[in-house]
Amino acid sequence: MSETRPEAFEAEAPAAAPRALRRRAGGWLVLGLGLAMLVTIVLVTTLAPLLAPFDPSATSMNSLDGPSARHWLGTDLIGRDVLSRLLWGGRTTLLITLVAVAIALAAGLVLGLLSGYLGGWVDQVVMRVLDVVFAFPVFLLAIAVVAALGPTVPNLIMTIAIVYTPAMARVVRGPVLSVKRWDHVEAARSVGMSEVRIVTRHVLPMVASPIVVETSLTLAQTIFTVTALSFLGLGPPPPDPNWGGMLAEARQFMELAPLTVLGPAAAIVFATLTFILIANGLREVLDVGSRR
Amino acid sequence: MTADAPLLEVRDLAARFVARAETVEAVRGISFDIRPGEAVGFVGESGCGKSVTARAILRLAPEGSTVALSGSVRYRGQDLLALSERAIRAVRGRRIAMVFQDPMTSLNPVMTVGAQIEDMLREHTDLSRTAIRERAVELLDQVGIENARARVHDHPHQFSGGMRQRVLIAIAISCNPDLLIADEPTTALDVIVQAQILRLLLRLREQMGMSLMLITHDFGVVAGMVERVNVMYRGRIVETGEVDRVFAAPAHPYTRALLDAVPRLAIARGPA
Repeated sequence: MSETRPEAFEAEAPAAAPRALRRRAGGWLVLGLGLAMLVTIVLVTTLAPLLAPFDPSATSMNSLDGPSARHWLGTDLIGRDVLSRLLWGGRTTLLITLVAVAIALAAGLVLGLLSGYLGGWVDQVVMRVLDVVFAFPVFLLAIAVVAALGPTVPNLIMTIAIVYTPAMARVVRGPVLSVKRWDHVEAARSVGMSEVRIVTRHVLPMVASPIVVETSLTLAQTIFTVTALSFLGLGPPPPDPNWGGMLAEARQFMELAPLTVLGPAAAIVFATLTFILIANGLREVLDVGSRR
Repeated sequence: MTADAPLLEVRDLAARFVARAETVEAVRGISFDIRPGEAVGFVGESGCGKSVTARAILRLAPEGSTVALSGSVRYRGQDLLALSERAIRAVRGRRIAMVFQDPMTSLNPVMTVGAQIEDMLREHTDLSRTAIRERAVELLDQVGIENARARVHDHPHQFSGGMRQRVLIAIAISCNPDLLIADEPTTALDVIVQAQILRLLLRLREQMGMSLMLITHDFGVVAGMVERVNVMYRGRIVETGEVDRVFAAPAHPYTRALLDAVPRLAIARGPA
């Protein structure tokens, strides 16, 4: 005779919210803050022609003025409005950053998927070539290329794209190596799906999370690289304002006009922080790294 | 082609896994036929080469391994082993489709089941967008998924294991294949669901007039399902014949051992 225990069917009380969930909630907060900051930057820089009170290149007799109602952040050595130059300078910096990272992402996706999915000699060739690029310190390589080709905006974009492509390709390749062995990929192959469809529909979506995180981290690094190159005089050529260049020019008059240095410095920190917050938020929210 | 000519003629098929230092021969020259509309079972223990045989027919190798195939696999007189990569892809799914063991992992978790069926139809047919959508619903309905019109929009995690296996079967039969290879289709499922899936395969086979190649380690599964059975052991077919004959009078000692390995219910035979 068997016994029955109807009470065993009653639902168990739900467990208290586990730590992973709380972490995730924190992730959303960080991500939200980062995204809000990104929206601010994008709005302010795209609307620069409307928002900026002065022509960023227009000089005046007021050299190194302090903050005033006319010039909120004062003026630089040749009397240009610092606030207007900050807003316009953000446009160049952001444009270079976004386009360069987009190219690096596209190249990294193609190379990473190719070498990860196809494997064999394709993988060997692609990864060895990328290893060579990877072996150079990012900054040194960027300086060398820009110095050789000349500091124009397209050159800067190409250089930065090349420099960040290997890291991107590796981030793509790693998870592809394991995902391509998963059952649903073999199942797709067994019913005659084309390789292109398998890669785009069945492999790529599985590896999207680490790529998204890596992309936002790369954005943060790139902002920094662009401004650093400009600081060294390898940025966009002079008439156009840019944050790194402004910092370099103003550095000598730091004590006389602190805002001419603090302005661009704060802008660089703000922009870099934006992408770092987004990256960290995404990492928690997408649960990258804690999964195998 | 006459009605009695085999759909699939496999001759001296051998599959060697080429590893760095050694080669492992998983299938050692087997020959068999599958006639149109016929159901054939392949039974054997793990590692006897039955799954490799199934994959070899479609030239599929486990990812990351290199398999050297020899012999011939003739489908309607055409040697599949000699086809180009593009040509074999047109056979896969379109003419010969496959269902795998583990329904939990064989579907793409981020695509709706409808999208996965639709992809299949887009790959192999010239149907219009709306026709494809209709066909996906029809297929889910055909494999016994209730409320198919709404469920095409669901993701795999919203389905149970048995339901997912039905979805995979729907994908496999979407292009009306001549032959369905089912590689341990019920091994990952519980007994009741197993019976449902097997009944579904039988029903579809009859409705669509397709052949069925059923691979299993379980003689019980094969019993009511197929006409002929091939018993495999260490990469060879050791016994082949009508399923009833093999059950009643197994000729090979390995077949006998395999049949004895199936547990029998013995409740009625007095106190334990």
